[in-house]
Amino acid sequence: MKDLKSQASKSTTPGKGGLTPEIQSRIGHQLRAMYDDVVRQGVPDRFAELIKKLDAPGATPQVENGGGTNDNNNGRD
Amino acid sequence: MPLTDSLRNDILAAVPSLRAFAISLSGNADRADDLVQETLLRALANIDSFQPGSNLPAWLFTILRNLFRSDYRKRRREVEDAEGNYAKTLKTQPSQNAHLEFEEFRTALDKLPQDQREALILVGASGFSYEDAASICGCAVGTIKSRVNRARSKLAALLYVDGAEDFGPDETIRAVIGGSGG
Repeated sequence: MKDLKSQASKSTTPGKGGLTPEIQSRIGHQLRAMYDDVVRQGVPDRFAELIKKLDAPGATPQVENGGGTNDNNNGRD
Repeated sequence: MPLTDSLRNDILAAVPSLRAFAISLSGNADRADDLVQETLLRALANIDSFQPGSNLPAWLFTILRNLFRSDYRKRRREVEDAEGNYAKTLKTQPSQNAHLEFEEFRTALDKLPQDQREALILVGASGFSYEDAASICGCAVGTIKSRVNRARSKLAALLYVDGAEDFGPDETIRAVIGGSGG
């Protein structure tokens, strides 16, 4: 009598370091779901403004004087 | 190349996936956004070194990854922080079941060695080719393939199969050092 556990490991380890297509697609699906949750949030204002600001001719990247785009970071180090 | 409008738009368009990559790497939403900000500043300051027609997202991902690497060496990642902060980044809370599954997945992903995690994310989530992922990580294509395979096996072991011991660190390290045939 085989128990469920040994059946499970058998079906998910088909030799040569490969995984069943089912497991592969499940991992891929979860990975993308996690990733796309963030992607769907779009571009936060802070970054849109940053890129716009730096587009001005002669602009130099200055985080500290960036007009408050970096509030979260202050005092953390 | 100079910062044209279209290049600026392309950079802007890459921001959402840069954030997703940064959160996947750091496990911390605040740090991830700092990382993205630094990446954008670095990219814009060095825009002259970007080759027109080459892969802009890959270029930006490379900058972000390198920044993360040097940052990581300075201050160690706060793993305990990861789950809570990550959940906060979600606009809509998933249903409870989905949420549980999601946390489990996130926790398992955090257990992967950094090399494997980034390779898996670049190929499996960001949608880069093995070649692009290799150039982003500064390693051979075969190394990326092997890391992705290791990462998948380990995730499968952690999530879907009892007996995760089969894929313990020793085994993983040996495989990476020895290089796998396929």
